Formats: sequence, structure tokens, C-alpha cells
Amino acid sequence: MAESHSTTYGLAHHFDDIEQQREAGTLGMWAFLITEILFFGGMFLAYILYRAKFGDAFAAASAHLDWRLGGANTAVLIISSLTMALAVYYAQVGDRKKLMLFLVLTMILGATFLGVKAYEYYHKYLDHLIPGFGFQWSGHGAPKQVEMFYFIYFAMTGIHALHMIVGLGIMTVILIMAKRGRFTPGYHSPVEISGLYWHFVDIVWIFLFPLLYLLGAHLHQ
Amino acid sequence: MSEHVVSKKTYYLIFGALMVLTAVTVWVANLDLGRWNAIVALSIAVLKATLVVLYFMHVRYSSKLTWVFVCAGIIWLFILFAFTLSDYLTRGWVPIAAE
Repeated sequence: MAESHSTTYGLAHHFDDIEQQREAGTLGMWAFLITEILFFGGMFLAYILYRAKFGDAFAAASAHLDWRLGGANTAVLIISSLTMALAVYYAQVGDRKKLMLFLVLTMILGATFLGVKAYEYYHKYLDHLIPGFGFQWSGHGAPKQVEMFYFIYFAMTGIHALHMIVGLGIMTVILIMAKRGRFTPGYHSPVEISGLYWHFVDIVWIFLFPLLYLLGAHLHQ
Repeated sequence: MSEHVVSKKTYYLIFGALMVLTAVTVWVANLDLGRWNAIVALSIAVLKATLVVLYFMHVRYSSKLTWVFVCAGIIWLFILFAFTLSDYLTRGWVPIAAE
């Protein structure tokens, strides 16, 4: 045992074998993601409660968001999840060049998402829709209730965008490790576990998009 | 148990399904279905999330213990929602004598 231990690349001394190490890493990431599910869950709960109370105002406020930008960003994130999954695939088969290519593509798509988000935030600023900072609303629905929608909108998309920024940082580290040839078909857990985080952030957006952008879409008719 | 390598074809299929479901959710949202709008939108979102978890996050090919972790997260989320909503959404059902 001790001999194979010292020769297995990437195996930390406190694990029996690479498989046990991989399993422990995966479970550790999922334990973290559970706390993330409940962290975002609290905000989704706030959304549900206020939407139940201020239904009409929430629909009117949602109709003001541009679902085409939200939809485009949804597509961007889903494509980035595909490129992330393919990056993991190329790590598994040991193709370092393609692993790096798909990590870079994932990061470009993540940055694109943040760019569109920044554009949207800027227009909310121009339209005086930042809660607490001279918020103005002349459309349908009580202004105070619409302000609550925008408060939840900025809180949820803001925290989500923060997760994207953290994700870009993680991918930068993984890219540098990949460039230095640190991953082999036998050892690439960092790529896979970082991928779990990236996909989780995608899932949060999968729920945010219909709840925030599409809630009032039928009002456009 | 060695690591399962998911084929590229599976990834492309899941990706296609996610894009189609996104288009469907946008299309349905533009119809006025009353309270069914929310139900359809959430059902599609749950379906998309399930596909991502099972295939992109490899849970389908992971150990039983990973399944337990994932399910624990979802169960606690439901407890959070159910207990809070059972309070907020039922307020006013029963008149309170003191008022």
C-alpha cells in the first residue's frame, strides 16, 4: 500500500487511494452547495412571499425588465455549462490543449453574462429604478410595491453576479494549473469540483430567469 | 468503482434539451394562462435544473452518498419553504379573539 501511495500522482497522504480522495472532494463540494441552496433559498422565499402579497405590482415591474436580454443571458450561461462539462471531459481524457480551450471559452461566456448584466443595471440606473436611491415609478402598480420587486431583483441578481465573479476567479486558477500540466487522466478533481460550482450558479439563473423576467411577459400583449 | 466518463454526445443532447426548454418557457410566458403561468414556468425550471444536476454535475453516475447529500439539500429547502409559507399564507384564516 505504502509504495503505491507514494507513486500515485496527486494523492494526498491522508487518503487511501485516488478514488477515496475524489469521493471526499465531491462530497465536500456538495456540502458547500447545500449551504448555497439554502442561502439562495432564503431569497427565493422572500420573493415568493412578496409576490403573493404584491402580485399585480410584481407583474408590472417584471414586465419592465427586458426578457430578451435575460433570455440571451440564459442561453449564454447554458452554453457556458456545456463548455464547462466539455472541459471536464477533456481533463478526463487527458487533452490539455482542449481542456484549456474550453476553460477559456467558459470564462469568456461568464464575462459576457456579466457584461450584459452590467448593461441592464446601467439602464435601471438611468430609469431611476435603484431601490432607496431616488426610486421613481410612474407605471402600473403601487410604487412602494414595485420598489420591493426591484430590491429583490438587485439582491438576487447581484448575489448571483458575485458568484459568477468568484467562478471566474476559480476558473483562472484552474486554467493556470492546467497550463502547468497539473492534471492527468488519473488526477483532475479540481477541474470537476470547480465545474460543480459553475453548474450550480447556472442552475440558480435557470430559476431567476422565469421568476424575474417572465413573470409579466404576457402583459406585453 | 472507477470514474465514469460521460460521452460528448450526452453533453450535446442535454445542452439541446436545455435550449429547447428555455425557448418553451419564453413562449409559454407570453401566453396568459392565469395561475398556470407560474406552475408551467417552475416545472420547466425544475426539469432543466434536474438535467444539469444529473448529467452536467454527474450525479447520475455518482455514489449513493452523493445522492444522499443532494437530496438532503433539496429536502431542507422544502422544509424552509413549507414551514414559512404555512405561516404566512394562512394568516387571517382563523379570527383571533384578542383583536
